Amino acid sequence: MAPHEIRRPFKRRPISDQQKRRELSLLRQSQHRSDAQQRARNLASSVISLQSSSPDVDPEILFEAVPELDEGTESESSSFDVRQASRLRGPEARKWFARQLMLPEWMIDVPDNLSRDWYVLARPAGKRCFVVSSDGTTVSRVRNGSILHHFPSALPGGARKKGASGPANSYSILDCIFHESDQTYYVIDMVCWRGYSLYECTAEFRFFWLQSKLAETGACDPPSFYHKFRFSAVPFFNCDQSGLHSAYTGSLPYVKDGLLFYNKHAHYHTGNTPLVLIWKDESCSQYVIDTDNNGEVPDQQHIVLELQEEGKLVTSDDPPVPFSCLNADFVKQSGLLSGSLIRFAIGDGGLNCVDGRFEKADLQYIGVSNRARAFADSYSKIMFQYMARHSPLKVEDLASTISHENQQDKTPEVEMSD
Amino acid sequence: MAMEITQFLSAAQSADARIRTEAEGSLRQFQEQNLPQFLLSLSFELASDDKPSESRRLAGILLKNSLDAKDSATKDHLVKQWFAIEVALKSQIKEQLLRTLGSSTLEARHTSAQVIAKVASIEIPQKQWPELVGSLLNNMTQQGSPAHLKQSTLETLGYVCEEISHHDLVQDEVNSVLTAVVQGMNQSENTAEVRLAATKALLNALDFSQTNFENEMERTYIMKMVCETACSKEAEIRQAAFECLVSIASTYYEVLEQYMQTLFELTSNAVKGDEESVALQAIEFWSSICDEEIDRQEYDSPDSGDSSPPHSCFIEKALPHLVQMLLETLQKQQEDQDHDDDVWNISMAGGTCLGLVARTVGDGVVPLVMPFVERNISSPEWRSREAATYAFGSILEGPTIDKLAPMVGAGLEFLLTATKDGNNHVRDTTAWTLSRIFEFLHSPESGFSVISPENLPRIVGVLLESIKDVPNVAEKVCGAIYNLAQGYEDSGASSSILSPYLTEIITHLLAAAERTDGAESKLRGAAYETLNEVVRCSNLSEASSIIAHLLPAIMKKLAETMDLPIISTDDREKQAELQASLCGVLQVIIQKLSGSDDTRPIIMQNADDIMRLFLRVFGCHSSSVHEEAMLAIGALAYTTGAEFVKYMPELFRYLQMGLQNFEEYQVCSITVGVIGDICRALDEQILPFCDQIMGLLIQNLQSDALHRSVKPPIFSCFGDIALAIDAHFERYVAPAIQIMQGAAQVCAQMDTLDEELMDYANQLRRSIFEAYSGILQGFKDTKAELMVPYAQHLLQFVEVVSKDSLRDESVTKAAVAAMGDLADVVGENPKQLFRNFTFCGEFLNECLQSEDEDLKVTARWTQGMIARLMISS
Repeated sequence: MAPHEIRRPFKRRPISDQQKRRELSLLRQSQHRSDAQQRARNLASSVISLQSSSPDVDPEILFEAVPELDEGTESESSSFDVRQASRLRGPEARKWFARQLMLPEWMIDVPDNLSRDWYVLARPAGKRCFVVSSDGTTVSRVRNGSILHHFPSALPGGARKKGASGPANSYSILDCIFHESDQTYYVIDMVCWRGYSLYECTAEFRFFWLQSKLAETGACDPPSFYHKFRFSAVPFFNCDQSGLHSAYTGSLPYVKDGLLFYNKHAHYHTGNTPLVLIWKDESCSQYVIDTDNNGEVPDQQHIVLELQEEGKLVTSDDPPVPFSCLNADFVKQSGLLSGSLIRFAIGDGGLNCVDGRFEKADLQYIGVSNRARAFADSYSKIMFQYMARHSPLKVEDLASTISHENQQDKTPEVEMSD
Repeated sequence: MAMEITQFLSAAQSADARIRTEAEGSLRQFQEQNLPQFLLSLSFELASDDKPSESRRLAGILLKNSLDAKDSATKDHLVKQWFAIEVALKSQIKEQLLRTLGSSTLEARHTSAQVIAKVASIEIPQKQWPELVGSLLNNMTQQGSPAHLKQSTLETLGYVCEEISHHDLVQDEVNSVLTAVVQGMNQSENTAEVRLAATKALLNALDFSQTNFENEMERTYIMKMVCETACSKEAEIRQAAFECLVSIASTYYEVLEQYMQTLFELTSNAVKGDEESVALQAIEFWSSICDEEIDRQEYDSPDSGDSSPPHSCFIEKALPHLVQMLLETLQKQQEDQDHDDDVWNISMAGGTCLGLVARTVGDGVVPLVMPFVERNISSPEWRSREAATYAFGSILEGPTIDKLAPMVGAGLEFLLTATKDGNNHVRDTTAWTLSRIFEFLHSPESGFSVISPENLPRIVGVLLESIKDVPNVAEKVCGAIYNLAQGYEDSGASSSILSPYLTEIITHLLAAAERTDGAESKLRGAAYETLNEVVRCSNLSEASSIIAHLLPAIMKKLAETMDLPIISTDDREKQAELQASLCGVLQVIIQKLSGSDDTRPIIMQNADDIMRLFLRVFGCHSSSVHEEAMLAIGALAYTTGAEFVKYMPELFRYLQMGLQNFEEYQVCSITVGVIGDICRALDEQILPFCDQIMGLLIQNLQSDALHRSVKPPIFSCFGDIALAIDAHFERYVAPAIQIMQGAAQVCAQMDTLDEELMDYANQLRRSIFEAYSGILQGFKDTKAELMVPYAQHLLQFVEVVSKDSLRDESVTKAAVAAMGDLADVVGENPKQLFRNFTFCGEFLNECLQSEDEDLKVTARWTQGMIARLMISS
């Protein structure tokens, strides 16, 4: 029977410094291990895969600006590092960035499985822009690629600040809407985070990542010296009855401009995509029906189309939807060039659809479009605007589709596009 | 039949070395040739009262050594040997052992009791000696059993209880054992020797008595007997009874309420008037109650709901009397208690208990102690001044800052002055009290400190003056500086209020470390440890040049240790100890200066010289690898990065030695960690060394002789290596994963009731997942297909872990990450697997709802990876 040890530590600290050194070493090692594994998880995807499948991308500009890029690339997608892109200047930069946003189609019919496969969120009113933080600075660019702000931010690599988080080469890209009245960038999507590309991730993942990562940088804090604008993640909901209701009627710190619908499984796809949809009505947006340059709603619906070879007029879709044809003589007389964006009004003849598909339009020529514009209108936008003027898709229609889905979970919707 | 071996046993103890060696040889030969006969002969020797006592003594020792060893591998071997012996022969041996319990020679009885317990520890769990308990009890109950047989039987029962687990006996046996033991304590029936043996046996049997303590009648009876025994007239028996009470305090805290009044009176009388050995146990009783209540308070977080164990507030209820009792012990100091580490007396025990009481009840203790402090602190009698100071220092942990701040604020200047007291004890306790003040009431980061820019110069001045005091006082002053520096650890990025004093503090600490009069105390160690903390907590931007100057000074000191005259092993040990301290300082400096891009070059410039020193330190100690040097090398590898490769040719053999050092398993463990550091520093440049490293690591995992705590780091290290050498890990993947699968299997079979074992299981699982992650990510894009055959097993393992409610968060995180890695890396193939493993979704959901941000993020990433896999076509 061992003697019962009752001696206790007396006037001594319970932990020896050597033990402390061991523990600190273990801690350091396990942190480095976890960093190394984390890096391994992210590295392979840190180069953005850029899908330049749309035929009207100007390849010259892209390739000239990126000398490292293999000239023999013949595949449709080319790898492009955003840090190189951020070195682009002037028009090249604008052109490049203009193509980087994922653009929603307008909702002209209600997609299948809305409640199961989609998120809904209230779009803040303001300028859609692309925010890139890298090399100690943050730049926001609006849809046509021109710079909105150039500022320090708490985003990774977003400010020249000692002890800032993350390695020096880390950069991030956010898809935002700048909301003027409270000078806040509302983040609707996350494209890259700390050099980790999210292009290939599902919306479900990107949204979760966005919600958890953004706040931890301090980007959601009020503005300060190293953080000029506040960022805020837009709340999103499963698109069931209650989610739709929350997004549509819920009170939010920003002015709403319609609802955005994201398919949960969709990757970040640059350019137009049917997997993100925008829908508006009078009660959730001030701008349901397009206004003219004076801010007034014109009597007739105006649309902008792109002129192609042989007088073909097409939408900005990929592939483009042909809308009409201009008389070759007229093109010659008016000196219009291929590629021009031309504004038309829709006449009394309206748009004729057969089986939900556009067939012909009564177009009245107005003139060459405003130079600020980068793109023609998309097919869905033209159709949505047309419907808004004649037989709008109402919020009740969305709600009833959802409740219909719930009742017959597995019956496919009747009104699909095909 | 047993052989006559008396002459060999006697000769083996001869003063004549030649005779001794020869006899030892003969015994060894006998043992090797016929172990069963050898053991039988030993047992007869031990049992024979007509044999000389020396030969019986050696026979007992040899028997014990044939049944038990400290080293677990040897122990396993001995157990196997014993099982291999024929049953009939073992019965004879056991019979002789039991017979010896009745011997007239005390020593033989005592030895036999120990040997019986060793046999019991092997056989009882296997149900191979069912009659043992019965025959022991028979010794107790048989009419006319002599007292000396009862005494050794009780002793045997105690040892047996100590060796086996209470699961090995049925409740009836437990009841009988307990009855016999408690009856043995009966004063009217038994001799003092029997009662002492019975009381000591009870101490070991208490762990067996769960069921009996649940029954109020039985419990009360046992308590009554213990309390009566605590009043025996023999001090040794009283002490043993109080030891039982100490054990009961922690084992049966829940049921003590009804006895508390009695226990208080009993312990209180003992503390006041009994002999010190008894009084110390009586104080320990209250310290144990404090431990229990503190545990319960810490456990009792609001989250844990109703599952927290009951808290009876014994300390709070007894508080005024208890504090009074403890304060009275404080003035019973021993003259030289501060110089001798082995001293443990009543004032030390009382003060320590007072500290625990303060931690248990908090603010309530303060008004009860302060009048004592005020009354005595200025007394002309040193015992009173020391007691007052010690009481004050003891209650600084526990009460709120609000309660303590005014008193400490008012008393600080007094204490600073008291560092000049004429009495060594008073100065020692004063310095200790200052260090406690800085530990608990100096936390600028959280908004409160007794130190202000106004009094800091005075405080630093006093400390640097007192560090020149006698060694025991200087050591406490080091503690005070340690806590002073620690308070400023996170005090803002721009500036530290301590920076202007750094040079002076460092100079004084180095001087204290150099002192020769402190040889016997721990002053030098304390000075270097404090130096480490001062460096760690300094503001790097303000201190960088000071630390940069410290670096060559420490390097020079380390170089000087190589030239110390080494004559004895004692010299060698002292050299190693000094080198340990200096390597520790270097490690801290390396880590500190690596913390910023501006100062890292200082380490880079000196890396060659530093490394050369570490290699020389290794060279000084041929038999083992120096642990602190190894730790520091890990830090250096991290700092230098890929350049570290140039040190590998020379360093490598020490790494190999470290990995093979099973005896000092800490060294082995640290070496494994350093290999991880080196992998991260070198990446694929580690490749030429990997065959040997992996060989050793696998060997280590397979060995039973290596302390188990080293095994989880080895699995993690697999991951580090794989991540460093990517596709080249191919050649190790089969053996590595085979062992990982084996270990995963072992985890699943561990006893879930054993907390310590569960802790280990968690470490093991986490490290296996880390290994999978490293291997998977290393193979990404190149050899991913190699992991296809293991995907199923990995997911099964995750599934098992996901269903285990005892896993801790870090295991969950590693499991989820490994699952994501599988989806990320292996691509198409596991798609169907993920579909089949339906637990994934549920597990991910659980993780996504966790409070732990890190876990949520990892789970989301994994969710993304799996989702990507699922929707890809």
